[in-house]
Amino acid sequence: MNLLSKYAATGIVLAAITTSPVSAAGTHPVTGEALAADQTFTYRLLDEHSSVDPQIVEDVNGSELVRDLFEGLMNQNAAGELVPGVATHFETNDAKNVYTFHLRDNAKWSDGKPVTAHDFVFAWRRLADPETASPYSWFADLMSIEGVGPVMKGEASPDTLGVRAVDDHTLEVRLTASLPYFPAMTTHASTFPSPSWTIKAHGKEWTKPGNIVSNGAYILTEHVPQERSVRERNPSYWNNGATILEKVVSLVINDENTALTRYLAGELDKTEIPAGQYPRLSKEHPDQAKSFPRLCNYYYTFNLSDSGPKAFKDVRVRKALSFALDRNIITDDVLQGGQFQAYTFTPAATANFDVPDVDFAGLTQAQRDAKATELMAAAGYGSDNPLKFKMLYNTSEGHKKIAIAMTQMWKQKLGVEIELANMEWKTFLDVRGKQDFELARGAWCGDYNEASTFLDLLTSQSGYNDGKYNNAEVDKLMQGAKTMSDPSGNYTRVEQILAEEMPVIPVYHYTGVFMLNTALKGWPFGNVEQNWYSRNLYKVAE
Amino acid sequence: MLNYVIRRIAIALPTLLILIIISFLLMHAAPGGPFTSERPLPPQVLANIEAKYGLDLPIWQQMVNYTWGILTEFDFGPSFRYKDRTVNEIIEQGFPITLTYGFLSFIVAVVVGLSLGVIAAIRQNSWIDYIAVGITIGAQVLPNFVMAPLLVITFTLWLGWLPGGGWSGGEWQYLVMPVIALSTSYMASIARITRSSMLEVLNTNFIRTAKAKGLPYRTIILRHALKPAMLPVISYLGPAFVGMITGSVVIDIYFSTGGMGYFFVNSATNRDYSVMMGITILFGALTILFNLVVDLLYAWIDPKIRY
Repeated sequence: MNLLSKYAATGIVLAAITTSPVSAAGTHPVTGEALAADQTFTYRLLDEHSSVDPQIVEDVNGSELVRDLFEGLMNQNAAGELVPGVATHFETNDAKNVYTFHLRDNAKWSDGKPVTAHDFVFAWRRLADPETASPYSWFADLMSIEGVGPVMKGEASPDTLGVRAVDDHTLEVRLTASLPYFPAMTTHASTFPSPSWTIKAHGKEWTKPGNIVSNGAYILTEHVPQERSVRERNPSYWNNGATILEKVVSLVINDENTALTRYLAGELDKTEIPAGQYPRLSKEHPDQAKSFPRLCNYYYTFNLSDSGPKAFKDVRVRKALSFALDRNIITDDVLQGGQFQAYTFTPAATANFDVPDVDFAGLTQAQRDAKATELMAAAGYGSDNPLKFKMLYNTSEGHKKIAIAMTQMWKQKLGVEIELANMEWKTFLDVRGKQDFELARGAWCGDYNEASTFLDLLTSQSGYNDGKYNNAEVDKLMQGAKTMSDPSGNYTRVEQILAEEMPVIPVYHYTGVFMLNTALKGWPFGNVEQNWYSRNLYKVAE
Repeated sequence: MLNYVIRRIAIALPTLLILIIISFLLMHAAPGGPFTSERPLPPQVLANIEAKYGLDLPIWQQMVNYTWGILTEFDFGPSFRYKDRTVNEIIEQGFPITLTYGFLSFIVAVVVGLSLGVIAAIRQNSWIDYIAVGITIGAQVLPNFVMAPLLVITFTLWLGWLPGGGWSGGEWQYLVMPVIALSTSYMASIARITRSSMLEVLNTNFIRTAKAKGLPYRTIILRHALKPAMLPVISYLGPAFVGMITGSVVIDIYFSTGGMGYFFVNSATNRDYSVMMGITILFGALTILFNLVVDLLYAWIDPKIRY
């Protein structure tokens, strides 16, 4: 497919929208729906965001705000596909290690200054600069920008980073590796431009309402920490004419049940559904309770390092435990939110990922149970010599329910004796990271919509591979996938190896479950990463 | 008296210092740190961040730098978690909120609690007494984490009278439910203590003398009985006052008030060292201060107590 022509087509559509400005209480320019007079979107946040500085932000809530306040080179549409942002188009060489982005000339900051390639150069240098101490500076490393290593170590000046402004509207990036998916990485908040003059004038205070200058569809007008933040339409935004929502309010409500009550009282347009309440709410409010696949998995990892138990070094034991786990009970009886049973590490919703035929997925649970009993006996465990181990999860009611269900299944089917332990989050991470566990909970949400965001976790050099699984073939396949134009074959093969060796027990793949006001339209359910932009949402008159 | 106050303040400073040292050590003894996350940072990135926040220095030096910053510039440092804010800003923003609903709850708890207690004592074993005791027991057994969601369901969802949470600069609609939820159990305790202490005083000789003199009952209660009956109440009120104005994590979570209680608990789970220290010191100083105030009040109420 010719990417450039697709972008050009999108550009034409966007231009068409731009030329017909929308007034509140009018009709939607594309769908013709009658719009509500009050275009305010209010939603719940679990916790206060870490920052709205694009190079500092590190949490999901904060990234949502940053995507509204700032705009990067590329955006995502409702299906999660790449569409132009500040850049109208880009080109690359055959080796795919030099990218040239062409920036639109009508993009403006909220103070009226034009958005130029220099703002991106400034932001990317700032991201890598140890002086900034950005928790996401590793993203610059992941992007393989030339010279990023020495810059991050403080051995070279940030000016030596392989990114430069050819002119005001042309940005050139040189990479140390061939990355076909590089443009997709520019939808990440940490790559968004930042206004050097404002940062210079206000220092750390630059993100405060009143000081902040941003180039997105909204500007931050109010922020009361731990209570609320308000963003309002940015009249300087290049495509302001197409923005319909006037105001977006995010309220910090820590307790999800209180948030639900306030949603039902009409104070919120969107809130998460507490575990176990989806069946009731979808019955009572079928048009408001939403469930859709997310790019997240839930698993238990065996400690395969030297400090792990000897029993887990036996693949028969690992397989038996995985086979005997009835995932339907977990998803349908414990979670009840439309989650998917997991037999692979990568969720099926991941783009370009063909779910491979791993053989244990095709069996009935009775067949799996029979195999599990056989494997356990073959490994030398039985009623006279029961397998014993400790199972660790981080403290949470939800994880506890799942862990109890799992131990009961194993106890009944295989006679395994399990000691359950839970720990507070940071202690848990510390202990798991030091391989001071036997079987531990894990979960991962994709950083980008590609199977490698999951499967890289199980390579031997991954910093997140807490179970220390080590398979040279997996490493080789994943390394090879990085530069292939179609790596899906490699991913399928890796999943087959994982099913054979079972270094982790996949349990389920997440769904997003939330309540959404029926008046609010344009929510990108098809975007599995849930990268949403308020400027694409609107409220219809009811 | 003045001597006593000076002595108490002189003891308070080393107490605070010990509090700082112990909290600092305990905090750093907890596994994980402010930058531990599910996605461990690459070593270089972590080193950069730790250098920026001075976490690469030996513990004793961090502690000295920290204490020095407080003593010389009253600077409690930056938050590790909310990176565009300092601890001073977090306290400046959150403490007035907590102080507002805490102080109002205190007033409500004292006024209602005292009245209920006194009335119940005067009309002992009457239906008024039974109702008052019933209310206090009800309020005591209903913890605020049950009360808070019940209030939201009743006043926001069913009746639609009050907003379900938020602060909005402290408008009265936003204060009603937090104040009710925070004050009830304190109110119940005050009522119970007042009732029993009042009953005890009413059976003393000097009250009998007052009655024998033919003083009006109202005067006996207000002028003679109330003051001595207050002693046990006052000793309860000191810590209760600190407890209320330093906020409640339950109130902050259920009503999204943005107060200090949530910041305090949250800073512990986030290992946000500087925020945790800042709030610990603030709460510690307040506790010491109000214990002193209570001791001074004793002397005012009971002439037998001398310092």
